[in-house]
Amino acid sequence: METAIEAKDLRKTYPPDVTALDGLSLSVARGTIFGLLGRNGAGKSTTVRVLSTLSRPDGGTGRVAGIDVLGDPVGVRRVIGVVGQKHGSDGEATGRENLVLQGEFYGITGRVLRQRVTESLERFGLTDAGGRKAKTYSGGMSRRLDIAMGLLHRPEVLFLDEPTAGLDPEARVALWREIERLRSEEQMTILLTTHYMDEADRLASRLAIVDRGRVVVEGTPAGLKSGLEGDTIHVELDEATGGRAVEALGRVGEIDDVRIDGRSVRARARDGGAAVPAVLGALEARGVRATSVTMARPSLDEVYLRYAGRAFTATAATGGSLDEANQEFEGVAA
Amino acid sequence: MSGVRQTWQVTLRGVRVFVRNPAYMGITLTQPLIWLVLFGALFKAVTRIPGFHGSYIDFLTPGIVVMLAVSSAGWSGMGFIEDIHGGVMDRQLASPVWRGALNAGTVIYTAVTIMVQTLLIVALGLALGASYEGGVAGVVVLILVGGLLGAAFSSLSNGVAVLARQREALIGAVTMVVLPLTFLSTALMQKSLMPAWIQTVAKFNPVNWAVEAGRSAATQQTDWGLVGSRLGLLVGLTVICGVFATRAFGHYQRTL
Repeated sequence: METAIEAKDLRKTYPPDVTALDGLSLSVARGTIFGLLGRNGAGKSTTVRVLSTLSRPDGGTGRVAGIDVLGDPVGVRRVIGVVGQKHGSDGEATGRENLVLQGEFYGITGRVLRQRVTESLERFGLTDAGGRKAKTYSGGMSRRLDIAMGLLHRPEVLFLDEPTAGLDPEARVALWREIERLRSEEQMTILLTTHYMDEADRLASRLAIVDRGRVVVEGTPAGLKSGLEGDTIHVELDEATGGRAVEALGRVGEIDDVRIDGRSVRARARDGGAAVPAVLGALEARGVRATSVTMARPSLDEVYLRYAGRAFTATAATGGSLDEANQEFEGVAA
Repeated sequence: MSGVRQTWQVTLRGVRVFVRNPAYMGITLTQPLIWLVLFGALFKAVTRIPGFHGSYIDFLTPGIVVMLAVSSAGWSGMGFIEDIHGGVMDRQLASPVWRGALNAGTVIYTAVTIMVQTLLIVALGLALGASYEGGVAGVVVLILVGGLLGAAFSSLSNGVAVLARQREALIGAVTMVVLPLTFLSTALMQKSLMPAWIQTVAKFNPVNWAVEAGRSAATQQTDWGLVGSRLGLLVGLTVICGVFATRAFGHYQRTL
């Protein structure tokens, strides 16, 4: 299949010594939606900035629609649409004026531009609001205007950096439908970054989990989920007794991959049903009380926690830093 | 060609904000008038200092024009800082737009605003008894001088804004530059009455170039050599500042 986006060994350090990208590579097939998952600061937005020519990497290469992002940035800019995390519209200008200015920046003019702006307002449900200042728009309308602006010049590749952040549930679902439509009806290639597992699960045909500037795992949502064998056991504790719970569960042979987040403990078991009594017994022996136990097939959340998760967070490890908490957790669970 | 179109579109963006905000428009248009009346009343006594000659309002008008040009243009970069924080800048820079247009469009808008303000000052000066012996040519030079000085400082402000990205930094820079440059020039005080060291510094002060050209053009015996050389210096400065501001976008992107 033809590759629309390719990144090889991207590296970027911000002064003095913050490593944003540490050898990140990815490849996106034409006409597909690729999801980039990861926490804040994992390197998702930096990846988007580098591939959309806003920023230059310290090392590595990137190609978008066959064009080298370092060798011909202007060429790349012509064929991509970028919708950033922040609203990119000018609040003092109307929706229509924002679109016209955007079109002019891409060299679209005159009647063609007017026609496209009208179509675009219609398509994104902004016809009535087109003559109003953008600063009067609701969150959902602003986001639709942002996307309309990113699509006005009919790009081959679209970058969406956390497109649904801050939207209400209804606006989110509406935006998901629109993104799906772009792929299915216009065969657009979309690189999407998100925090939301359900969003990645629903939209992306492939996804990569990014942590500390590199891809830690990549695959289809289904493939990643089935890669996690067995069941997930989820225990709710009656109080946050993280350290003791982890210690107790580390001795249970039937489970591994124990994760704890506040009062919530997750572990994986080849045979969930057989593991539950052992888990409860071990907790009780250490004086940790469980309020509920559930068992489930792995979800994308589990995939995420497994590869990028540092769920044994500062809330559980009172007083300890994130890294200390991880070491402690890794030491016990290994 | 598309660069020219894009520049015009960016200029339009500024004009729209101006036209749609009556309060902002009102302040912009009355400010020069207040300055002329206020400074006119305050500094009128200068004419009684031995060694001063001529009509004070004739003397003061070019000074007010120039002072207004630097102080208005100094704030030009504020819009860029808002664009950076609002995400507008990144969206623009991810497009193939000519970077020069982003600066030039803003600069033209600022310069045109200043030229309109200059015209208002000239009209009020006339009402207050200025004679403008240099005639229409003198007034045209004065408007041109205001526009050029405003253009140079607008670019400078835009460049500093894009590099610093902080409102506070730009406010600091404007405060530090505008008043000293005004007082290190003959804007409000006749050259022969200034200390020698200020006279020397003033030779290198763009604000003073503008005052000298504007003031000479307003007199009956215009020194066209002086006017030409000062205009030339201002054009050069405008170009240099324009290049600086345009290159600042590249620097901004390297830090992203």
